[in-house]
Amino acid sequence: MTLTQRPQSRALSRRSFLVTTGSLGIAVAFGSLPDLTYGATPATAAAGDFRPNAWITIAANGTVSIIAPAVEMGQGIMTTLPLLVAEELDADWNRVRVVQAPSDAETYGNPGFYGIQLTGGSESTRGYNGLLRLAGAQTRLILMAGAASLLNVPAGELTTEPHRVVHPSSDRGLDYGEIAARVVLPDPLPQATEADLKPRDKWRYVGSRSIQRVDVPSKVNGAAVYGIDVQLADMLYGAVLRAPVQDERPETIDDAAARNVPGVTHIVPLSYGVGIIGETVEATRRAKDLLNVTWSTTSRVRNYTSQRLLDEYRAVGRDLGQQGVAAHTDGDAEAAIAGAATVIEVDYMSDHVAHATMEPMNATALVTGDSIEIWAPTQGPTGTQGFAAAVIGTTPDKVKVNTTLLGGGFGRKAEADFIIDAVSLAKAVEGRPVKVIWSREDDIRHDKFRPLETQHVKVGLDAEGNIVGWRHRIVADSIFARTLPPVFAEAGGHDDVVTEGAKFNYSVPAHQIEYLRQDNGLAIGFWFAVGVGYTRFAIECVVDEIAAARGMDPVALRLELLRDQPRAQKVVETVARMAEWDRARDGRGLGIAYSDAFGSHCAQVAEVSLNRETGEIRVHKVWCAIDPGVAIQPLHIEAMMIAGITGGTGHALFEQINVVDGEVQEANFDTYRVIRMSEAPEIEVAVVPTPGSPFGGIGQAGLPPTGPAIANAVARLTGGVRLRHYPFLPDRVKAALNS
Amino acid sequence: MTAFTMNGRAIDVVAEPDTPLLWVIREHLKLTGTKFGCGIAQCGACTVHVDGEPTRSCQTFLQDVAGREVTTIEGLSGDSSHPLQKAWIAEQVPQCGYCQSGQIMQAAALLATTPNPTREQIIDHMDGNICRCGTYVRIISAIQRAASEG
Repeated sequence: MTLTQRPQSRALSRRSFLVTTGSLGIAVAFGSLPDLTYGATPATAAAGDFRPNAWITIAANGTVSIIAPAVEMGQGIMTTLPLLVAEELDADWNRVRVVQAPSDAETYGNPGFYGIQLTGGSESTRGYNGLLRLAGAQTRLILMAGAASLLNVPAGELTTEPHRVVHPSSDRGLDYGEIAARVVLPDPLPQATEADLKPRDKWRYVGSRSIQRVDVPSKVNGAAVYGIDVQLADMLYGAVLRAPVQDERPETIDDAAARNVPGVTHIVPLSYGVGIIGETVEATRRAKDLLNVTWSTTSRVRNYTSQRLLDEYRAVGRDLGQQGVAAHTDGDAEAAIAGAATVIEVDYMSDHVAHATMEPMNATALVTGDSIEIWAPTQGPTGTQGFAAAVIGTTPDKVKVNTTLLGGGFGRKAEADFIIDAVSLAKAVEGRPVKVIWSREDDIRHDKFRPLETQHVKVGLDAEGNIVGWRHRIVADSIFARTLPPVFAEAGGHDDVVTEGAKFNYSVPAHQIEYLRQDNGLAIGFWFAVGVGYTRFAIECVVDEIAAARGMDPVALRLELLRDQPRAQKVVETVARMAEWDRARDGRGLGIAYSDAFGSHCAQVAEVSLNRETGEIRVHKVWCAIDPGVAIQPLHIEAMMIAGITGGTGHALFEQINVVDGEVQEANFDTYRVIRMSEAPEIEVAVVPTPGSPFGGIGQAGLPPTGPAIANAVARLTGGVRLRHYPFLPDRVKAALNS
Repeated sequence: MTAFTMNGRAIDVVAEPDTPLLWVIREHLKLTGTKFGCGIAQCGACTVHVDGEPTRSCQTFLQDVAGREVTTIEGLSGDSSHPLQKAWIAEQVPQCGYCQSGQIMQAAALLATTPNPTREQIIDHMDGNICRCGTYVRIISAIQRAASEG
């Protein structure tokens, strides 16, 4: 997600958390689950621990606890952000432990993301890095001031080495723990400014290939705690039978058989389904299968049939008389195209795709009076507080959220439906926690899919082949209209996340992007790279179509379109070199694609072969060059590229949700096909940061180029057969070959 | 009551005989390293060993393991010292990590019978285990590392 409105006043108020008075030094209790901490030295916060600001606590034994404000769903952020703090604090990383932030947006919200706690959009490093680095630097200054008084020397004569303040001229020094145990906080506290940050050439950890992720050891021995793993005293289990079509309601409920299942304690009618509470998870699952419910038949989603709508959307995109909302206008593209020597006019499109996070939706809630405590794998603790509060008619400040590890997120766990389930059932058994676990079938059928969409792209070239105008019409329903109505309204009906990535950094003299919303009722949501995943599919394939029309090499054309952009040119040139772009392969084709989304530059080359009989594409290898600006954890950036490329290959080749009359046809991994090991390409990644660049986003940067690189490779292998519809199912490939 | 051996310890479990072993392990015995992924033996997240054989615990029932030996990720080694666990850390395999218990248990069964598997043997053996984060290439590297350093 990329949100255009970034209220700067919120960002500034964040700075107040670098407190200005020396009144702290208090003990802190972190959450309710002691297991939600990671790092070398287990310790619990105790009375007397030194807490110079909201982010850092230093124990007398020197253990430094650092808050991880963003949630960990595999993207490594639980390591990345605390590492930035440790870098500026000059802490010994081996003596740091990481603590997941409690739900407290006022203190821990993302300054670059509305000041709320919601992890998504590859926004965490970009949004938090300034604040967290200052918090680390401030704490270092406080420790130096404390050491100055303990050693009775001027602070200006002191410096630090990892975890120690040293006084070189007297050869004395103090461990951070020793200072923390003895020091009286100065009043006022020293304040850090950007001038106090380390010069980049002094970084010890940032950019090091030896830094491993703090959560990984717990993920090889079963110790890691995901939402579904929460175990509480007196805990009950919950399941919810949901309507077969979105927005239908139960009309009659025959629960006689369900009630008779041993261990079932409550049947709870809900507005959107029927809940079951029981003493064991298996009891609730059995009972759910025995419920006999008739449903209302009034939902307009019953009119939703995805393949029919796709045809309608494509017709809307082609009908240039239908005016869209302007998403970006630079010059008069249509006029420029009208005078062009050559016009390329094509439609690209994609079906719905599901998240299918490996950990199905689940949450645990305890309702006590007007208070709620929640344990959940949520991307959005702040939203969770609001939605949970609404269920029982309390206020968000009465809702405490303990964020666990997430077994995958991809935007799905930014939703609140699984939270609402848990709170709704917990409300029925006040005083006892209830853990609700969705079946995989419910997880897929009741997902909030990536939008069904079509894109009409019209590009004009002059007689020399130069682009004179680029028009891009995106036809889809809106995510923000459902999830962030004020943002949608403020933007005049434009959905910035649905059209995300359509604005590019290629040099074109006139560029127009329009959004044509299609409101058909089915809830759609954020996904891995959301809009960028399909807008860059269209753009990167059209660039290759232009190259073919000009008889030009696709790498050379991109370098031309990216003139004066050295970072972009660097990744394109690097990946072309890695893949030996000019070397012909027998029976295989190479395709390239590039993306500047999420503040990072990423170029990929895919090597593919094609079985013309079956229409099956095989992706043998993908090369990737990524410039993330600052490469905080190079090893992990490679992992994120592997995630994007592997997932990007799977979603381009296989992933497809079909909705017929409002009913989702796929339900589990036997019908919703995701990529498996035997289908995964080999991957080679080069991380090529550019000194002095801003911090870029990494979590989603690897996915967008993969699909178009595959399609471009197929086109080059087949003498120009274009695949313009995700996923590239064998039947579609055969149809394209025969057309 | 059903008696079997869990991670080397003799235990009795009181539950319906047709209760999926997965829920017995996770919610009765509170060994939550074994994961629920699909419930239909399509993803491998719930993989445990039954008498040494890699087994999908979601489609195995309590009555099926009476008198048998069940090993979960918690019982693979007491201290994360199994060569695969060390290799998984060295290669920094896990991302979200949710599928990795199942991946490691599946791989452990391979190395027990095939100490030096080829790449093709690894892929053939591991293909039933889904990783939604797409860590497959690092899983292959980690299995190769464990085989060579084992």
